[in-house]
Amino acid sequence: MSTTNHATDDASAPRGKAPAGERLADWADGRLGVYSLAKANMRKIFPDHWSFMLGEICLYSFMIIIMTGVYLTLFFHPSMNEVTYSGPYVPLQGIRMSEAFNSTMNISFEVRGGLLIRQIHHWSAVVFIAGMFVHMMRVFFTGAFRKPREVNWMFGFLLFVLGMFTGFTGYSLPDDLLSGTGVRFMEGAILSVPIVGTYLSFFLFGGQFPGHDFVARFYTIHILLLPGIMAGLLVAHLILVFYHKHTQFPGPGRTEKNVVGMPLMPVYMAKAGGFFFLVFGVIAAVAAVASINPIWEFGPYRPDQVSTGAQPDWYMGMAEGLIRAMPGWEINFWGHTLQLGVFIPLVLFGVVLAVMALWPFIESWVTGDKSEHHLADRPRNAPTRTAFGAAWVAWYMVLLLGGGNDIAATHFHLSINAVTWFVRISFFVIPVLTFVATKRICMGLQRRDKDKVLHGRETGVIKRLPHGEFVEVHAPLDQGQMYTLTQHVQHQPFELGEEVDENGVRRKAGPVTKLRSKLSQGMYGEGSQIPKPTAEEHAEITSGHGHH
Amino acid sequence: MSSHPGSHEDMSEENLPSERSDAHDGAVAVAEDPFADPGLPPHQPRRQDIDERAARRSERAVAFMFTLSMVATLGFIAAYSLIPPSKIVYIFPFGHVSALNFSLGWSLGVALFCIGAGAVHWARTLMSDVEMPQERHPIEAEPEVKQKVLADFRQGASESQFGRRKLIRNTMFGALAMVPLAGVVLLRDLGPMPGTSLRHTAWRKGMQLINVNTNLPLRPEDVGVGSLTFAQPPGLNDNSDDYDDVIAKAALMIVRLKPEDIKDKREADWGHEGIVAFSKICTHVGCPISLYEQQTHHVLCPCHQSTFDLSDGGRVIFGPAGHALPQLRISVNDKGYLEALGDFTEPVGPSFWERG
Ligand code: HEM
Ligand code: FES
Repeated sequence: MSTTNHATDDASAPRGKAPAGERLADWADGRLGVYSLAKANMRKIFPDHWSFMLGEICLYSFMIIIMTGVYLTLFFHPSMNEVTYSGPYVPLQGIRMSEAFNSTMNISFEVRGGLLIRQIHHWSAVVFIAGMFVHMMRVFFTGAFRKPREVNWMFGFLLFVLGMFTGFTGYSLPDDLLSGTGVRFMEGAILSVPIVGTYLSFFLFGGQFPGHDFVARFYTIHILLLPGIMAGLLVAHLILVFYHKHTQFPGPGRTEKNVVGMPLMPVYMAKAGGFFFLVFGVIAAVAAVASINPIWEFGPYRPDQVSTGAQPDWYMGMAEGLIRAMPGWEINFWGHTLQLGVFIPLVLFGVVLAVMALWPFIESWVTGDKSEHHLADRPRNAPTRTAFGAAWVAWYMVLLLGGGNDIAATHFHLSINAVTWFVRISFFVIPVLTFVATKRICMGLQRRDKDKVLHGRETGVIKRLPHGEFVEVHAPLDQGQMYTLTQHVQHQPFELGEEVDENGVRRKAGPVTKLRSKLSQGMYGEGSQIPKPTAEEHAEITSGHGHH
Repeated sequence: MSSHPGSHEDMSEENLPSERSDAHDGAVAVAEDPFADPGLPPHQPRRQDIDERAARRSERAVAFMFTLSMVATLGFIAAYSLIPPSKIVYIFPFGHVSALNFSLGWSLGVALFCIGAGAVHWARTLMSDVEMPQERHPIEAEPEVKQKVLADFRQGASESQFGRRKLIRNTMFGALAMVPLAGVVLLRDLGPMPGTSLRHTAWRKGMQLINVNTNLPLRPEDVGVGSLTFAQPPGLNDNSDDYDDVIAKAALMIVRLKPEDIKDKREADWGHEGIVAFSKICTHVGCPISLYEQQTHHVLCPCHQSTFDLSDGGRVIFGPAGHALPQLRISVNDKGYLEALGDFTEPVGPSFWERG
């Protein structure tokens, strides 16, 4: 017997009340317009492919990082004041350390579950950045960065770069011997910047290295500034994914004009929501058994001490490799010093990343392609792009190896000298070799696709013909498979031609146009793609085949 | 320019074969295009769609995982309340681990993972897996929309008289360009000017060399052959607040060589009977040097493997460092202790623009 007087609010309400959920939704709709929002999105279709989960891994590890990070701020003291350790970890008792280090010790040894949360936080950071790297490669190799997604590619790229810096600043907060060495590295790198380097360093560290400020300053950057920017970018990134609708792989019924898959509610809610718990669960289990950054083994930072085999987190390995491989060039002139041995790696760090960031724009300039693309490329069908991406990954890996040259040397019983020279030469040679090899593999795969379409797929069944010859039986592909193998667009190289304006006067193409034509020849010329089979070729061959 | 060879590209919007055949009359007779898009294949039902017993099994599996998650959460709470943080246990194959961390991590991991596994299993086996198409719409606006927006914009701009009243426009740009200067100026107090501070260390003439480990002044006899001895200026208290700033530049390493092994004349002159003192701070990016090879008198920086020859003026013989390690002039005072004869004559540590 409910005797509420709500019904009188709305004269037009039917007798008998709607269920509570619906009434709540009505309330929200009247204020937020949720019905219109839900109409567009509740049954939104998402295509399915394992590689589309990579972005989700990034999203979930970011969420885990935020949650565990907030917990850590409750116990961490971002201060460089000196204290003497008196906690339960015996080997460090009586040792002088900063409050930052001391509070990290407290989190690890006295706060129950503190160590777990610390390790989950750090492991998620490693997964987050590795996830972004692989996600970025997936987007790259399938051409998912093409129009209309270039802006989203840039958002993603910024997230990757900011992620690295967030990781670096966080790594430095405990003020332990290992991370302090990394901070010293950064200070040296800043000092190498011509003209303003010394000032930048003094302003960042509040004076000479190490000073008393950097932990507190890095703290603000790590917990507020960078995550704030990243959260904004992340939301923008996801809104654009929704707005553009996800790309899909080509196949029967899957075209540029549609998106085929299952609806957000319920399948994707369950799958994506469930996946969050899977990622979190796995990271928690890893944090249970695999220790990460055990600062008590390194001890507190002192500028005159160092732990051997100092290694940064993996994502800084590329910078480390650059700096280790670079010869120690230093130029003195007019009372100034240019420390190229450090400054060039610093610039190259940006260049290596920028090359990747700018590729979509270079590609669309070369192709002049203005159409939208929603079908993912099969990597083999874009041999030059795929080869470029593979070369970039190889480049990155060479530098990662260079970052661990001492480990590589001891592991393989080589001299550091030999490993360093190997890295120096590989820096130039390996990307080229990778490029050439990858392109050939792609061309080979294209040729195989063409054979399959024209001659059918190999069945492994050997037949003896009446005149004694042995042949393998080829089974024709079904139409869906043939469509999948032939649906892609093949760009024609951009020809300069003889450009003649309306008065019959020859116009000479400018150097930029010439460059574009050259690149286009390289990317889409004869050596760079196998022409797709045509219906005529197919007709000719199949009609021939049938009548043996 | 992109081209679309093969006309089947153009008809991609239609998925259903029946629609297609009458849509493209003429172009390429579809029946003859072997590569035409046959449209979405029909849905294949799963076991669970046709066999209620299989569906019940899935249901039980999902419920089991959710239940397991609840149990694991209880386990988490129990571990939190019962296990002291200091307890170390041996668990194969992980070795000696913190019992609390191990049990909290596993119970949380299982509690979370089972929710995820349950949800995904539910979605994969019981929720409909019929794939369906949804249309895409071009991102670009229709031309009429674009025209309307441009017209609105022009009208708005002209109503503001922005283009006509140049004085307003220019002063506004000026004001907006200048006001951020306030923010830039505020950054000035982030740190002091460098001045000449990077050129000096705490070393002064007559300071004794204090052994970092024993905190006692060093005599020549204390410096053995074949090992590095680390020294700092006197009067440093490692509990004092600026200890780190001082030691970051003043840290010293001392070795004893045979005088005839020293190849560099100045180096020999600046030492005392083969005892020489070099800055411990690597000239690359400033790590402390810590490894010494007795036969060759090479020291190695563990950070990026720069190698310096201490028998030849601290010259770089390998690695990314750009210049030799600075040497400190030392001698022995009348009480028989090693002392500095002044500060370093060049800046220690990494190079910087004003170093020269
Ligand atoms: C904070 C880090 C990131 C998060 C949380 C994130 C999240 C996501 C998610 C959930 C998706 C949809 C699913 C998928 O395709 O995997 C996506 C798509 C996309 N991401 Fe990211 N991403 C991140 C970083 C990056 C990076 C580093 C790049 C490249 C530089 C990038 C470029 C893209 C693009 C272009 C798409 C659209 C792909 C398509 O529709 O096929 N993202 N992102
Ligand atoms: S800091 Fe010594 S080699 Fe880099």
